[in-house]
Amino acid sequence: MSRALLAILLRDLRLFLPGGKSGGSLLPLLFFLAVAMLYPFAVGPDAPLLARTGGGMIWVAALLAAILPLDRLVAPDLEQGFFDQWALRGISEEAAIAVRVLAHWLSFGPPLMLAAVPASALLGIDGAALEVVAWGLLAGTPGLAAIGVTIAALTATLRSGAALAGLLLVPLAVPLLVFGAGALSTGGESGIALTAAISLVLLAIAPFAGGAAIRAAREG
Amino acid sequence: MQACQLTASEIACRRGDRVLFRGLSLDLRPGGAVRLAGANGIGKSSLIRILAGLMRPFSGTVARRGAVGLLDERPALDELQPLGSALAFWQGIDGAADNEFARLGLGELLDVPVRYLSTGQRKRAALARLLGQRAELWLLDEPLNGLDTSAAALVETLAAEHCAGGGICVIASHQPFALPGMAQVELAEYRA
Repeated sequence: MSRALLAILLRDLRLFLPGGKSGGSLLPLLFFLAVAMLYPFAVGPDAPLLARTGGGMIWVAALLAAILPLDRLVAPDLEQGFFDQWALRGISEEAAIAVRVLAHWLSFGPPLMLAAVPASALLGIDGAALEVVAWGLLAGTPGLAAIGVTIAALTATLRSGAALAGLLLVPLAVPLLVFGAGALSTGGESGIALTAAISLVLLAIAPFAGGAAIRAAREG
Repeated sequence: MQACQLTASEIACRRGDRVLFRGLSLDLRPGGAVRLAGANGIGKSSLIRILAGLMRPFSGTVARRGAVGLLDERPALDELQPLGSALAFWQGIDGAADNEFARLGLGELLDVPVRYLSTGQRKRAALARLLGQRAELWLLDEPLNGLDTSAAALVETLAAEHCAGGGICVIASHQPFALPGMAQVELAEYRA
C-alpha cells in the first residue's frame, strides 16, 4: 500500500514539478513574477509606498498564480482512468487526493517562496518584511494547495471547469490572504499562526471533499 | 490463484432518468466466463463498471472475491512518457511482472511515447498493464476494438489461459469473442 502511494507521489511530482519534458509548467512562477514586476509600473516609483504595500501584492500574486495549474491537477487523470485503476487496486480516492495535495504543494509552495525573493527586490521590500512574507507563504501555501486540488476535483467533469475553478478559488482563499498578508502589518507571529491553522483545516478537509468529488464524477 | 468469485444479483442500472436494464443476475466461479452482448447504449459498459465496483447499481448487489482488473477504452498510461516508463509506473504498484511485452508485440515500442501509439497498440499496452496486475477477475470492455485479427486472436488466447488458470472473465463486446465454455448474456432481455 505505502509502496503504491510512493509510486503515485513520484508520478505526481513528475507531472507537476516545473520543467522537464513531461513536467509541469513554469507559468505560475513567471506569472507571479510578472505581477510583482507590473505593480511598480502601475503605482509609480514611490519607494515607501511600494515597500508598504508590496508584501500584500506578493500575496495577491501568489493567490492568482495558484489558479493557473488548476485545470491539470485532476481532470486529465480522471479522464484517462487513473483514478479508476487505483480504486480497483484498493487505493482509496482519499489517499490519492492526499498524495496529490502533497505533490502539488511541493511543486508550487517552495518554488513560490524562492520566487518571492526576486519579487521582494522588485518591490523594494526590506529583509524583515520578506521574512514575514516567506513564513506566511510557508504557512499559507499548503492551504492554497489543498483548496486547489479540492476545486480541481470538484470541477473536473464540468465543461467550463477551468474558468469556474478560478472563480471558486478566490473566495475560499480569502481567509488565508487576510491573515497571511495581515501578518505583515502587525509584524507578528499570530497572523502566521492563524494562517497555518487555516491551512491545517483545509488540509484535513481536502482528501475527503476531493475523494467524494471523484466518486460523484464516476456516477455522472 | 486464490478461489475467486463474482456474484451479481438482481442488478438494475439507471443512467440519468432512464433505467437501462433490471433483474440481471450473474454467478461466476473460477474458470467461468461470460460475454455481455447487446447493441450500443444498452448498458454493457455501465454493467462492467458496476461489476468493478466503480458505479453503484440502481438496485441489487454485487459480491466480489479476488482482485479486479479492468480493461476499457482508457489505457491509463501517461501520454508523454515512453511506453516502457508508463508501464513501469503500474509495475511499481502491482509488483514487477514477468513481462509479456514480446508476446504482445510491444518489445520494439517501449521507447515510443504513448501519444504516438495507434489505437491497437494502446490496447495491447493496456493488456500488458492488465496482465501485470495478476487480478483474478478480468472485466474487459470491448477488448477487441481497434485490434487486428492476429492481436484479437491473442486476446482470445490470453482470456482462455486466464480462465484455465482459475480466473474469471467478463467480456462486454459487440463483436464475436471465441472463448471455450463462455456463457452469453443478452442485455436486451433485461431491458426495463
